[in-house]
Amino acid sequence: MANRQNPPRKPLERELGQPEIPRNEAPPELLRELVAHLRQNRTQLREEWLRRISETRLLTAMTKEEIFAEATSVYDSYVEALETGTFEALQAYARNLSERIIPRGVETHEVIGIVLLLRDVLARSLFAKYQADFEKLNRILDAYEPAANRIANTVAVGFVQERERVIRQQQEAIRELSTPVLQVRERLLILPIIGVIDPQRARQLTEQLLRGIRTNRAKVVVIDITGVAAMDVTVANHLVQTVEASRLLGATVIVTGLSPEIAQTLVTIGVDLGKMNTVGDLQGGIEQAEKLLGYKVVPVSEPR
Amino acid sequence: MHLEVPILKQGEFLIATIQAALSDADLEHLRLALVQRVVRFRSRAVIVDVTAMDVMDSFASRTLREIALMIRLRGAETVIVGIQPEVAFAMVQLGLTLEGVGTALDLEEGLAYLNQKFKTIN
Amino acid sequence: MFAGEIRVPINSDQDIVLARQKGKTLAADAGFSPVDCTLVATAISELARNIVSYAKKGEIALQLVRDSRRSGILIIASDDGPGIADLRLALRDGFSTSGSLGLGLPGVRRLVDEFQISSSAGQGTVVKVTKWRLDHREK
Repeated sequence: MANRQNPPRKPLERELGQPEIPRNEAPPELLRELVAHLRQNRTQLREEWLRRISETRLLTAMTKEEIFAEATSVYDSYVEALETGTFEALQAYARNLSERIIPRGVETHEVIGIVLLLRDVLARSLFAKYQADFEKLNRILDAYEPAANRIANTVAVGFVQERERVIRQQQEAIRELSTPVLQVRERLLILPIIGVIDPQRARQLTEQLLRGIRTNRAKVVVIDITGVAAMDVTVANHLVQTVEASRLLGATVIVTGLSPEIAQTLVTIGVDLGKMNTVGDLQGGIEQAEKLLGYKVVPVSEPR
Repeated sequence: MHLEVPILKQGEFLIATIQAALSDADLEHLRLALVQRVVRFRSRAVIVDVTAMDVMDSFASRTLREIALMIRLRGAETVIVGIQPEVAFAMVQLGLTLEGVGTALDLEEGLAYLNQKFKTIN
Repeated sequence: MFAGEIRVPINSDQDIVLARQKGKTLAADAGFSPVDCTLVATAISELARNIVSYAKKGEIALQLVRDSRRSGILIIASDDGPGIADLRLALRDGFSTSGSLGLGLPGVRRLVDEFQISSSAGQGTVVKVTKWRLDHREK
């Protein structure tokens, strides 16, 4: 007996940037019928989909066997998402899939393309099946469409997020490479900082430096900021923290290349420049470092 | 349960090796023990090895500074060694700088520092 | 993967160590970097310490959280103590190496990504902090 009672609402998961798609009040039997149809006709629908994928020349970076394997998984995840109305498994699968195919050079438009193709192939098969019963076709589509759109969205967003993660990782690698901590002499490290530093990079530099001090057993570090144009209060603080943290590891820091503007910023945040070891230029800083390292010449730096 | 921090006598120096996860009471106890021993052995310096300390919070930092202060009143020097990079990073975020306390990378460096210091004085 | 909440009652200084160790383990299991694990543990230590010092007893609750792009740890430090009468003062960040007087809340704030506090005289205190981990796989 068909019941127009509202089925229990499943909690809507909100994803960043995704519009909320209301679950239609589809009776569960309709959904079951839909899912059963998609499962029964799995083989031919999947074939149809694969045919369309190769027609539109998508996923050219992958072999036929690979596409077949992934297509099967995508199809099954798709139907499962339709059936359960939950998208976590699909999201996890999308991320996983993306992790595999991004290195192969698969692009965003291809991923969106194939998911939309699947949506269309399945929709057409529903048309074909229910064309005699227009009213029922409408109800089936009411059940199918929002879910299918949600699925397309989920897969696309999962792919894009994975791409963004990869890009971030690459950026961080570049950042690390672009500011090497140099061991120049024994026990002496030089950290030349060039360009713009944002708080994230500043923090990364500090971590890198501290690890470097430990690995290289550095006793003196020269941080050269000649190449830094300006420094806001946050980054200036990071610099101070770097100096203090280095000291906790037993290393003395000499800051070179301090411009009058940056000196002013430091004073503004309450740094006593008299207590900070500063030298005009990098060369002078290295000379002073060598003096500090030559135990016999000058006593080792005292605790403050 | 009370954790006793091992304190070794090495010539004129005392070396205290802190294990991880000392409670406040344990740290207080360490402070007393160190001062007592500095007096008893007339030590010239104390090295506190915190290599195993995976977290240094405000209490630990304050206690270490108090140890250094009390030991200085007995005419001895304190050097903290073995602060891990991550711990140092966290400490300075919190504003804990161990001001007034000597620091060195590890035990070897700490001993080198002290030997150097006492050589120049002599 | 852990999905529930860890609650550590804070009644003594030994509980501070317990709470921060649990936090550190939780962060490590959730894939936080070694530095971030230490930051989490240090933040917990300070928050728990405040509870012991000012309220005598309270609780630290730890929970893994997620939003669409990343996972994180939520730490809730709560107590029924005397509360903080002047929150603005307690949160004022001198940005200097003050040696950590008083509550050290500005310091805790620097350790974490999100910081929220509610407290007033006589009403106890609840501090909620979140540390996010960007979804980096192991390098």
